[in-house]
Amino acid sequence: MLQDIIVIGLINGSVYALLAVGFSLIFGVARIINLAHTAFYMVAAYGIFYFAGTLHFHPILSIIISIILVTGIGIVFYIFFIEPIREHETAVLIVTVAIALILQELMLLQFGGHYRSVPSIIYGSAGLFGILVTKQRLLSLGVILLTLAAVGLLLRKTRLGLAIRAAAQDREVANLMGMNVALIAAITMGVSVALAAIAGAIVAPLYVLEPHVWLSPLVLVLAVVILGGLGSVKGSVIGAMILAFVEVTVVFLMPQGSFLKLPIAMVIMLIILLVRPEGLFGVYFEGER
Amino acid sequence: MSVLRWLFRYVRNEVLVLPSRVIAVVFCLSLLLLPLFTSNHYHYRIMALAGIFAIFAASWDLLSGFVGQVSFGHALFFGVAAYTASLLNLRLGMTHYLTIPLGAVAAVAVGLIIGIPCLRLKGPYLGLATLAFPIMMIGLIFTFPGFFGGELGISIKTKLAPTRLHDFYVCTLAMFSLGFIMWKITDSKIGIIFHAIREDEIAVRASGINTVKYKLLAFCLSGFFAGIAGAMYAHFQRVATPLSLAVLMSFQAIIWSIFGGIATIYGAIAGVYILFPVMEILRVVMEIRMLLFAAIVLLVLRFMPEGVTKWTRDRLERECPRCKVRNAFSRRECRVCFSPIRRELQKTTP
Repeated sequence: MLQDIIVIGLINGSVYALLAVGFSLIFGVARIINLAHTAFYMVAAYGIFYFAGTLHFHPILSIIISIILVTGIGIVFYIFFIEPIREHETAVLIVTVAIALILQELMLLQFGGHYRSVPSIIYGSAGLFGILVTKQRLLSLGVILLTLAAVGLLLRKTRLGLAIRAAAQDREVANLMGMNVALIAAITMGVSVALAAIAGAIVAPLYVLEPHVWLSPLVLVLAVVILGGLGSVKGSVIGAMILAFVEVTVVFLMPQGSFLKLPIAMVIMLIILLVRPEGLFGVYFEGER
Repeated sequence: MSVLRWLFRYVRNEVLVLPSRVIAVVFCLSLLLLPLFTSNHYHYRIMALAGIFAIFAASWDLLSGFVGQVSFGHALFFGVAAYTASLLNLRLGMTHYLTIPLGAVAAVAVGLIIGIPCLRLKGPYLGLATLAFPIMMIGLIFTFPGFFGGELGISIKTKLAPTRLHDFYVCTLAMFSLGFIMWKITDSKIGIIFHAIREDEIAVRASGINTVKYKLLAFCLSGFFAGIAGAMYAHFQRVATPLSLAVLMSFQAIIWSIFGGIATIYGAIAGVYILFPVMEILRVVMEIRMLLFAAIVLLVLRFMPEGVTKWTRDRLERECPRCKVRNAFSRRECRVCFSPIRRELQKTTP
């Protein structure tokens, strides 16, 4: 029981963390609450379904193609629809909802509303802490942890990461230092969507797929991001782990009450927010006017 | 006779001078005279629902547009009032004359309960935290299916009005009166304080105004109007389901208000009366209905990011540079102070 909770919680938590980090990045740099974030995750999963299932490409190749494709779609939407109206925060909010709905409806038209599943890359299972875990899950966990580490390295060790962090800290001063903030925002959007696509590509074989699958992870990702503190990568990872473990514990301790996993996660989030109104590792945007 | 003369002069001097006022009056009159143009019960039903949702969207605008307390969980007020009304109707046999006000009171109580902890939260944190409340409420409803009716909800015995035509008039008149009250609230001294809290809360506090009191007041007012809409909706549909608490319901209010124009009560109402019938017309292409709807919202907001009403108003009217009174675009001099309005001057500021 305990081992089950730990292993499954770790895997779910890392998926949420990957989604939340991407969401947090674009919020930090461009102050955009991108409600279409998990829609890109859904589209990437469908991309793999299409390339690997219908066109019979190699699974790895189809993963790479769909990640590149989804990133392209995300950047195109950003440049044509979000960037021109970035000053109007509320309009941006609704534009991202509209983008999510458009993606959902396109997938519905192309693939229908059936429940789909994506073939695994490797089969079989392995023992871990005395419980049996499918190798696909272990592979997913490994890839996600590698991706998170890569994001950390990108942010800490490269010039682009320095620019992203600077723009997130103070956009105007970053602009005065000669950075092209609009370009950095577009690149960050690309990175963020790519992270969502990677998450989608990795979990596609683990869950069933249908066009409305973006809404419930979206609610959870929003909760994770504000629990950890907006714009903080470390906070997102820790928040994701907290909420994932809460969910998994609820499901394992009372299987008949598993519909309560989201409400209970919300209660935990609210309690933490009442103690720390800016999230666990968030910065207060008090000076921003 | 003198009343008629006064009315004639009022219309000529106050309404006909501004295109936006003419549009508003024409809209209200054509809505009231709708039964002259159609006797289709389906049309009455659509416009009655539009009236209910217009109250709901305007109440979101009151809280989020004016006070800046952006709420992603506005369906909480709507759903709580709907469930209160239907429970009172089913268990205690109350009629809609009692259940609708009591539903609104329940929504106000909920507004206080969530308003107090949320006062500490700011900006996106507040928005995303309010998202949690309807989800918790749905959890509660599914935990006690015997009391709350579970997935199917609770059915209501009393209709809102005997026929569809009555329904239409009840909802439309409610929309007019409540919309007018909300508009007057935002126009009053309280409304100015609401604006100020959105623009700069610290400055308002520094001017000796108790912002906590006003923010709670905003939560209660907004909850009251959304609650009336929710209870009316439950009586109209004759059932209260968990769908009235869904995330989508909250987002619909936001989409309508922002599409019409945020921080103007009439914008939210216009947004509903444009988008809701459009959604029904799009039923002729059922397959791509949502796709077209999303594309319309995306494109309109791309080119009119401040909303439809503000965009139209800016095209039809311009402000007098001297006395700041609005004038029709066709006038060359201000209608109050007769100072010339030069279009070129406003356009090309170097």
